[in-house]
Parts: sequence; structure tokens; C-alpha cells
Amino acid sequence: MSETIFKHASKTAITLIAFALVFTALLAYVFNITKAPIEKSEAEARMALFRQIVSENMHDNNILKDQISIAPNDLLGNKQATVANRARINNTPAAVILEAIAHDGYSGDIKLLIAIKYNGEISGVRVLSHKETPGLGDYIDIAKGNWIKLFDGESLKKTTSEKWAVKKDNGAFDYMAGATITPRAVVKAVHQALQYFEANKQTLFAESK
Amino acid sequence: MSEFKEIAYNGLWKQNTGVVQLLGLCPTLAITTSVVNGVSLGLATAFVMAASNGAVSPVRKFVPAEIRVPVFILVIAALVTVIDLTIHGFAEPLHKVLGIFIPLIVVNCIVLARVESFAAKNPPAPAIWDGFMMGIGLTIVLGILGGIREIIGKGTLFSGLDLAFGASFKHYMLTIPDYHGFLLAILPPGAFLGLACLIAARNWVEQRKSKPTPTMGQDNPSGSLKPAH
Repeated sequence: MSETIFKHASKTAITLIAFALVFTALLAYVFNITKAPIEKSEAEARMALFRQIVSENMHDNNILKDQISIAPNDLLGNKQATVANRARINNTPAAVILEAIAHDGYSGDIKLLIAIKYNGEISGVRVLSHKETPGLGDYIDIAKGNWIKLFDGESLKKTTSEKWAVKKDNGAFDYMAGATITPRAVVKAVHQALQYFEANKQTLFAESK
Repeated sequence: MSEFKEIAYNGLWKQNTGVVQLLGLCPTLAITTSVVNGVSLGLATAFVMAASNGAVSPVRKFVPAEIRVPVFILVIAALVTVIDLTIHGFAEPLHKVLGIFIPLIVVNCIVLARVESFAAKNPPAPAIWDGFMMGIGLTIVLGILGGIREIIGKGTLFSGLDLAFGASFKHYMLTIPDYHGFLLAILPPGAFLGLACLIAARNWVEQRKSKPTPTMGQDNPSGSLKPAH
């Protein structure tokens, strides 16, 4: 009796193992052949994003490859090390692309990609991800509106510290009625990123490696 | 009706996943904010169902009853991962939109339900056909629901076609001029209301068909309504 149970159990186990092996092999194969296309399309998607905020004539290097890891910083709002990409012309620093997170949006974190020229002027800002209310706070997304382009050309010199706020708070930045919390958070995050840039300008453009 | 015709009729109308069996409500409600999203996820599901039915059916006699569920889940999970990797590699923007819902096809009970109730008892050809037709039935519901929500909510149709097929398809998007959208349709409540309308419409058609016979009560071909996760 116990022998038949044992026999049955081992047969069941072997069947399960066989299935696991076959499908693991299938997965390994598919993973292998899709690895290169996935990496390529991810790099392309990232590069397409960079191209929106750093114009072609601002760099002659490969921005994707020229990167430096930066430690978590309160001004950038991140808790983990992030990567900053640099744009250069003839090895002269032209711009840096920073990732920043605004924690005080209406719902959840707002992830931003901010390109700052070497002279401290903003080249462009894009929202990477957000959870703001659709149709209300989501105009910060380039797909929904041009609001985010307000930052183009802004700098700490052009707009004084107390003016880095939405118009409702006596600042310089426009917003849409009904959704003030979202732009307020974005303006603050961009402002802080600029401050971070000023304080760490030299290390940001240091040679990688 | 031939066997294959009956399977197709079952999948598309009589036991439609989206509006009759009400299985897999999670993606049905969450992803149908536009036609393209709905149809893409529907087609991915249809492909997984056809493939998993096709993979299980030939080996159904070798799978002991005790371990059939782990084996089925293993098969489904592997196939879903294959689809996920493929979409990620060749349609990156679409992958970004569908995101978490592709891996979630694994736990969509409709896939396991068809493997368990059909593929495990039938030869490969009808099994594949059944999985595919069930998936297409779901795709149609997702597409119609996505269309309703997109038109009412955003005033557009076929937006995001460029995500799946490349930028040249962008001009296929239709826009209602001077319509600024009714936000509710895009938000979660719109999904419930839209699905309710679809279910009501299907029941109405079904009841009109069976009018000659005076049984006007609850007409539910699938037996009982199973609650979905």
C-alpha cells in the first residue's frame, strides 16, 4: 500500500518537474532572443525623452552613455541614488539631465526629468510619471498640455527665489484654476533641482569613472 | 451546428467572458479607457488563451488530477511572460500603457477556467479554437467598452494607435470637435456604468430572441453567475 502511494507521488513529482523544466527552457529562450530588442527599445524611449529637453545642437556626445551616479539628496527628493546624464560639446559641459521627485503632489509622487544648461538655465522639464487626477491635475504632462514648457529658459537669476511659486502664491508661474496643488509641487521641485545644480555644479560634470 | 461553429458562438455570444461569465473584471474595468488599450489587452489575452489551451490539451492525459492546477498555472504563467517580453521588446510604448495588466493575465480566472473546463477534456484543435474565440469575445467587449468610454470621456476614438503601430498611424485618430470630455467616463465609475449598459444590452437582445416562449425570467445560459476577483 505504502509502496503504491510512493510510486504515485514520485510520478506526480516527476510530471511537475518535467513541465517546469520544459517551460523554464522556453522562457530562457524567449528571454534571450528578446533581451537585445528590449534594451534597444528602452534606450530609444529614454533617448526620445532626452531629445525633447536637450536639443540636437547642445551635444555631440552620447548622452545615454555619459552618466554619473548621484547620491540621494533632499533637494532632488529622492531616497535612492539616481543617474544624471550629461550633454557635452567637444568635451565642454553643455547640460545635465537630473531626475527629481516631488512628494507633495495631489496624489502620490511626481517624477520629473529636468535638463539644466551649464549656465544654470533650464533647457526643459518633462514629467516621467504621476498619479494626478485625470483631466484636472494632469496638464503637467506634455501629452495633455504645454504647461510644463513654462520652465524653458527659467533660471535662478531670471526668477528670484520668492517668485518661484504659482501665481496664486504671488509667484511667477501660471496654473490652471481647480488644480493648484499639482503645479505648486512641480514648481517647488524644479526650483529645488536648480538649487541642487548650483551647489553641485562641479561634481555633476566631473568625468565619469 | 458544427462543433467549431458552436465553440465560436459560445465564445462570442452565449458564454461571452466579458458580459455573461463576468470573469476577469479587473482588466475589463481598469484598462478600457480607450479602444486601443482595450483591444490590445484583449488580443494579448486571446493569444494566451489559445496558446495555453493548445499547450495543455495534447498533454492532458499525462497530467495527474492532483497537480493539474499547478501545471496549468505554470503553463499560463510561462506563456504570459513570453507575451510580456515580446510586447516589451517590439512595442515599448504599448507596454508602458498596458503595464501591470499583461503580467496580470496570469491570474485572470478566465484563462485557467477555459484550460480546466475545456482544454483538459478536448483534443487540441477545438481547444485552441475555444481559447481563441473566448479571447476574441473578451476583446470585442473590451473594444466596445473602451470605445464608449473614450468617446464620452475624451471625445476621441482610436487615440493611441501610434503606440501600437508607430507614429504614421496617428492621423487615424478621430476627434469630436469642440467637445471637452465627460471625465466620469474615463474614471473607474465610468467603467462600471459602461459595463452595466453592455450587459443590459446583451440581456435585452437575448430576451427579445426568446420572446415566443413565455419564460421571461432570468435568462442566463452559463448557469450561475460566478463572481470574479
